[in-house]
Amino acid sequence: MIVALIGNPNCGKSSLFNHLTGLRQKIGNFPGVTVDKKVGFCKISDGSDIQVIDLPGTYSLYPNSLDEQVVLEVLTNQNHADYPDLAVIVVDSSNLKRNLLLFEEVNDLGIPTVLALNMLDVANEIGITVNTPKLEKILGIPVVEVNAREGIGLEGLKLTIFRALEKKQIHQNIEVISEEIKPTVSKVREKFKLKSEYAALHYLLQTDKLAFLNVTEKKFLENIASELQLDADAFQAKEVMERYKDIGQTLSQVVEIESEKHNSLTLTQKIDNVLIHRFWGYVIFLGILFLIFQSVFTLANYPMDLIDGGIASLNDFLKSILPESKITDLLTDGLIAGIGGVVIFIPQIAFLFAFISILEESGYMARVVVLMDKLIRRFGMSGKSVVPLISSMACAVPAIMSARTIGNWKDRLITIMVTPLMSCSARLPIYTILIALVVPDDKLFGLFGFQGLALMGLYLLGFFSALVGGWFLKKILKTNERTFFVMELPTYKKPRWKQVGFTILEKVKTFVFEAGKVIVAISIVLWVLASYGPGEGFSKAEERVAAQNIGLSSDELEPKIAAEKLQNSYAGLFGKFIEPAIKPLGYDWKIGIALITSFAAREVFVGTISTIYSIGADDADDSTIKSRLKNEVNPETGEAVFSVATSYSLLIFYVFAMMCMSTIAVVYRETKSWKWPIIQLVYMSALAYVSAFAVYWWLK
Amino acid sequence: MKSVADLKEGEKGVISAFLDNKLALKLLEMGCLPGTEVTLDHKAPLGCPYCISVSEDYQLSLRKSEAVTILID
Repeated sequence: MIVALIGNPNCGKSSLFNHLTGLRQKIGNFPGVTVDKKVGFCKISDGSDIQVIDLPGTYSLYPNSLDEQVVLEVLTNQNHADYPDLAVIVVDSSNLKRNLLLFEEVNDLGIPTVLALNMLDVANEIGITVNTPKLEKILGIPVVEVNAREGIGLEGLKLTIFRALEKKQIHQNIEVISEEIKPTVSKVREKFKLKSEYAALHYLLQTDKLAFLNVTEKKFLENIASELQLDADAFQAKEVMERYKDIGQTLSQVVEIESEKHNSLTLTQKIDNVLIHRFWGYVIFLGILFLIFQSVFTLANYPMDLIDGGIASLNDFLKSILPESKITDLLTDGLIAGIGGVVIFIPQIAFLFAFISILEESGYMARVVVLMDKLIRRFGMSGKSVVPLISSMACAVPAIMSARTIGNWKDRLITIMVTPLMSCSARLPIYTILIALVVPDDKLFGLFGFQGLALMGLYLLGFFSALVGGWFLKKILKTNERTFFVMELPTYKKPRWKQVGFTILEKVKTFVFEAGKVIVAISIVLWVLASYGPGEGFSKAEERVAAQNIGLSSDELEPKIAAEKLQNSYAGLFGKFIEPAIKPLGYDWKIGIALITSFAAREVFVGTISTIYSIGADDADDSTIKSRLKNEVNPETGEAVFSVATSYSLLIFYVFAMMCMSTIAVVYRETKSWKWPIIQLVYMSALAYVSAFAVYWWLK
Repeated sequence: MKSVADLKEGEKGVISAFLDNKLALKLLEMGCLPGTEVTLDHKAPLGCPYCISVSEDYQLSLRKSEAVTILID
């Protein structure tokens, strides 16, 4: 049995879904579209399990976005795997008039319906009382009171669902189909064996939006529609007006309003006076941003260090108890290190989404969108892109996931495509070490450290290139989807911590299981490439190093052996292979290896160059790496490898280069196609290459 | 003819007609019917988008380009 939760945005539908299903939920996709499908299981009153689907929030069955189109498709396609046996329409009781529009439409499709009156407490506060039994009598279907915020009325709802599944009730409210077209609509109904004429009407009015129909069926429907001379827009307008009139009549019998108490918006308007203020609005927004950054960087560091240390000691422990073999290495350095590379992101993702979900829950996020919309619009994005752009300064992975709140596909795609240009925290170790190498540790006007300014410059470069990238994509990308900015501003509310918890859990789960699979796979491939090499070059590396360095202790020998092995591994050979390509940027083959390995994650760069310049991984303390790099000399030219030109060239390269498997994986997941991550990889690599080349030759 | 975009902050008006049919459909289903009273609550600091409240029930945000298509008495 499938029960669908349907309702307007902000009606409390998702809270109700979480209460009904608890942790027994999973997120999948609706076939063929980039819309998440939230499905869960719930035990109803006879002890049996029903499947609950949380459909995207919508105002009517006439879709304006892909999310809303899913609602239409699921509810009009009786052969759809998710076609519900029962629809629970969740409504915001403080705004019944608008919420009942969707109820009437779904009910008229012939789907048995239950009406769940939510937010009655809010309605009461502003002086609205609803006569529930009378409403039930007029509507002719079960009406049940719930409080999704507090989780009250759930048992009553489950009992009602149980009874409604036993005795399915439909009640037609008004006739929106005129007598003239009714016979023809009935024919369509018979042909597609539909439950109601109203469903058949949607087949005629919205043929092109119903992807499940085949070409002949569409042709058939289009012919009939043109015969009837149906004007879809005019019909829709007339239908909505008629329904509102009917709803108005119903509500006049069941709703009482104490007029003097009635203004729900006073408090929200007062808060808005400050939060959308032309000066304080921005000050507060920047303050909140600062707070989020501080927390994501500082607080998330503790669990991240713990995870890092935990993975390392787990590996050491496994290495100490397992026999020394390739299989042990694959398990520890390949698989567990790969899983570690996924798990390490969890704290940042959790912190970031905790903040984002609090901002969303409280209603503030909608105000940020209002504050930023005009600024960011000229760069091909909308106010709704601000959240991902900001988040990506911590990590592009959760940032790209948060771009889902953008309804317009083009805006969302542009946001996803430029988000990795923002400098993420993984670039920080690379920036730090290279800046320390070439930027003097002096102060401008004795106040601002040059090194700090250089770091800020790199972040700004990333930010501005994201804007420019957005501007270009706006010119290139074409879209037929006409969307509007108009959106409802929710009233300010206290965040529900349970809801925040669910959001964090949901995002972390998605990341670990979707993006994580790819990251682990790539890590293993990289391990293989770095641990194996062809012929004697690789297999005899240990003996060669031992012969060259007689008299060194084994502790001193080990890093040299590791470096020799890496040079002769497939990764090392590949580094040499690509050397001609990266030479114009001022890099040698050793940097080439680091570029390749940093594909798993950017921060691997520092680890790799420290290995390859035979610095033991355990004393990877900055001063050592720094002095080693400084002293590294090109054997052919006798010049320093990390010259000023090379170092700046590398810095610029890493500002632009995509260089992160996790991001590619998450872009694939979010766009559901390889096309976009590949385009992104190509354009970012090209940008990185050309800019690094220019910087190198300019400074050289 | 006056539109929502001509309102000053805090000023009220009653919707009389829509100029953009597609947007009108969206606004209709969101409860903005002809005859509904709207108040311009705030303009964003850069003059766009606008925040309006609809019959003192709920708030909508819309861009200036959208506001000019909503005519008021």
